[in-house]
Amino acid sequence: MDAAWSDLRALVGAEHLRAATMEDAVDGILPEMVVEPGNAEEVASVLKIATAASLAIIPRGGATRMAWGNPPDGGGLILSTRRLNRIVEHAWGDMTATVEAGCTFQQFQQTLAEHGQRLALDPLWPDQATIGGILATNDSGPLRVRFGSLRDLIIGITLALPDGTLAKSGGKVVKNVAGYDLPKLATGSLGTLGIITQAIFRLHPVPRETRTLSFSVPDSGPSGAASMNALVLAIQDCNMVPTGVQMRAGSSLTPELDVRFEGTATGCEAQMEQTLRMASGARCIDSPADVWNARSTLWSGTEPSIVCKFSLLPADLGTFADLIRQASERLRLPWRFVAQAVGVGHLRIEGPDAPALLDAVQQLRQNLESRGGSFSILRAPLEIKSQMDVWGSAGDALPLMRSIKAQFDPTGVLNPGRFIGGI
Amino acid sequence: MGLLILDDPITRWPDHPMPLEARTLEQFRAVVGRGLITEASQLHTYECDGLTNFRVLPQAVLLPTSTAEVQAIVRICQREKIPFVARGSGTGLSGGALPVDRGVVISLARMNRILEVDLPNARVVVEPGVINSDVTQRVAPHGYFYAPDPSSQSVCSIGGNVAENSGGAHCLKYGFTTTHVLGLEVVLPDGSIVHLGSRAVDCPGYDLPGIFVGSEGTLGIATKIILRILKKPAVIQTLLAAFNSTTEAGAAVSGIIGAGMLPAAIEMMDNLAIQAAEASVHAGYPNCGGLLLVEIDGPAAEVAYLIDEVSRICTQCGAWEIRVAQSDAERAVVWKGRKAAFAAMGRISPNYIVQDGVIPRTALPMVLSEIERMSAAEGLRVANVFHAGDGNLHPLVLYDRRIAGQEERAMELSINILRLCVKCGGSITGEHGVGEEKKMMMGEMFAEPDLETMQLVRCAFDPEHLSNPGKVFPRTRLCAERTGPYQPHPLEVSGVAQFF
Repeated sequence: MDAAWSDLRALVGAEHLRAATMEDAVDGILPEMVVEPGNAEEVASVLKIATAASLAIIPRGGATRMAWGNPPDGGGLILSTRRLNRIVEHAWGDMTATVEAGCTFQQFQQTLAEHGQRLALDPLWPDQATIGGILATNDSGPLRVRFGSLRDLIIGITLALPDGTLAKSGGKVVKNVAGYDLPKLATGSLGTLGIITQAIFRLHPVPRETRTLSFSVPDSGPSGAASMNALVLAIQDCNMVPTGVQMRAGSSLTPELDVRFEGTATGCEAQMEQTLRMASGARCIDSPADVWNARSTLWSGTEPSIVCKFSLLPADLGTFADLIRQASERLRLPWRFVAQAVGVGHLRIEGPDAPALLDAVQQLRQNLESRGGSFSILRAPLEIKSQMDVWGSAGDALPLMRSIKAQFDPTGVLNPGRFIGGI
Repeated sequence: MGLLILDDPITRWPDHPMPLEARTLEQFRAVVGRGLITEASQLHTYECDGLTNFRVLPQAVLLPTSTAEVQAIVRICQREKIPFVARGSGTGLSGGALPVDRGVVISLARMNRILEVDLPNARVVVEPGVINSDVTQRVAPHGYFYAPDPSSQSVCSIGGNVAENSGGAHCLKYGFTTTHVLGLEVVLPDGSIVHLGSRAVDCPGYDLPGIFVGSEGTLGIATKIILRILKKPAVIQTLLAAFNSTTEAGAAVSGIIGAGMLPAAIEMMDNLAIQAAEASVHAGYPNCGGLLLVEIDGPAAEVAYLIDEVSRICTQCGAWEIRVAQSDAERAVVWKGRKAAFAAMGRISPNYIVQDGVIPRTALPMVLSEIERMSAAEGLRVANVFHAGDGNLHPLVLYDRRIAGQEERAMELSINILRLCVKCGGSITGEHGVGEEKKMMMGEMFAEPDLETMQLVRCAFDPEHLSNPGKVFPRTRLCAERTGPYQPHPLEVSGVAQFF
């Protein structure tokens, strides 16, 4: 083992390899060292050295989502991409950009804005979260109702594999079907197949104008959720082009809806009028400040809590909201959720009683999975995380996922145990 | 490194493959009954896809009607180690559905039912043999459409679209097949059935639909596909602008994108392509050096505003005629010429090769003048039809097979155009796929470690290389080991070809 540390030290320099401290622990597992390679080649070499020494590697970007995933099976080395933070190219005429994994989302976005462009994505904690971490966790926000998620925006990737291979896939052009689509495979793979060192994205123009409308319905019971869901579907079923359709609800919040339009001023105004006509049964309210970042508030608060991500069919949103209400009333647990109209949302349930939280999670997960949806835990007390797979079920595709993992990481050194089914 | 066919650019594949054992044929017949074709005269229908200069006679063609039948066929293939090639409508342009030596073809044409239409959730579940435009036709009365629109959409199948990750003119705004496939039921090469993705978005685990779509039939056979449909825009308008040259038209494209607009489509045709389209379908295009079709869709107020802006940009860039098609009928006429452009080449040339390269859009003027130079140097005409918004070029190299040596020169020219695309940071294929035709070009776009890494996926899905073997990659990776030793291509063994 000492040989591995000295090899790593020689590779990255003593100043970029240090002993891990409690702040580096992941779900209570304290790795031995933290390494910060300076470029993609060094990342690949670190992987090769660590693999040869059977050191489990936990990749880390801005460390904003380290709690996402099952507790690691082991942790020898945290590999931080902090130093891979360059924006390699902004080909604004082609509306593409190449960026290293450790660059923060905000820094990337600010650079793109200089030419009136953006990555049409609104991840959590953009000032600290890195491109690599956002990709690995497949985080996306309200903009996806119009622009899709990362899988629809990423066009190229460079991956470092455990054997030290650096492999590229995709490219710098928006339209490209040459070879397998590894950018999509790596997106959301939680660093279990390789370390993303660089990514290429297609970009969109920064909108000329943006307008938001918010509505509430007076009833917090089943009919309130159902009528809000009906309004969400109606907005989706007309030919407007919103760039955000978001439903918020909670144990002390009657359902609220936010709708956003972007484009020309006349286009926005016309669509707002149409929305107001459609929502005549709801009450138009002042939009809360920073409402399009509402889901990030689910992580704040001092109460013991769990935060989950759920996905479902858009038409099931009302029924699901009602199910949460029933379960939390029965278990006396306060809750709040923020859901996007495409059928993805985040839920916070509070309560000091772990068995009650676990009960709620299991009930909600079972319900969603039986309707083709999913329910994953993003943050929870360790005693809950250790009792279940935080991701939920992968169905009959799990053996195939294991087999992909075995091909890319045959000795299982990358983020062991943290992904679905213990991958 | 690439594989050089020594014999002839028109590959002479064996005409008489080894016959399947009678026992195996009986097993196949027990599964599909009359859906088994073994007569040579009928097999010839399946010897190629839309890329007709590669032909291989399959040993048998099977026409299953259900997932269970596909599974039973694949199980027999797995047991007997018979390679299989899935086929949709056979309209592919890269030889993806070209049969393989000693293999069988599994045609999904009879699995053509639309199984479910779920309008509240905007989902449609189909079998793979469903024709692309039938999906839109089915949901159009409710104001919905299925976005991917390859030019062959009236005949190509969703299963084939899934294999090739098909695009079309409107993918500039709406994305490709992969954007619209949420889940699949797949028969894996070992005969097991798996469900990739789900009806809901963001299924936990690896993005298996993401890797399966566009894998060109090498990872298994899709037997059910969950599609996402979209609401038809309130207003669609198509602007047609005539320029003196493709350079001027290209400048207008840059202007439109630079102004922060994302049209539904931007298509460009050069004079030769316009002539062919006119001769073929009489679309009423102006006789000009560069024609631009710009389609803007969305809310009425937005479209009206943007179409004015596009019109102004085109005029500034030298457009001398601008028309705006507003009704569905007018738009259909405008698009007719563009969609028929490939087939129209038959009007102005006995033979032609369709190419499918992609370049960063800003490289367009340089690439066009270079293509013009290369075309003059070879003494062969090249017509250009592009999806200009996303840099996807379809150069059509015109030639006459009857003139000795011209076909070889045409192939060489079309390959060199692809090399030019790669040199500019582009791709060898934007929507037609690699298939058989361009697998030797993969090595020019990707380094060996890149290709080896991609094939790790193949090893996870199909370690025995039974599903459409020999396609996409120039060399096959051995799956048993982490880094497999070099495996000679069967053609190399037989002395038909050698690596260069």
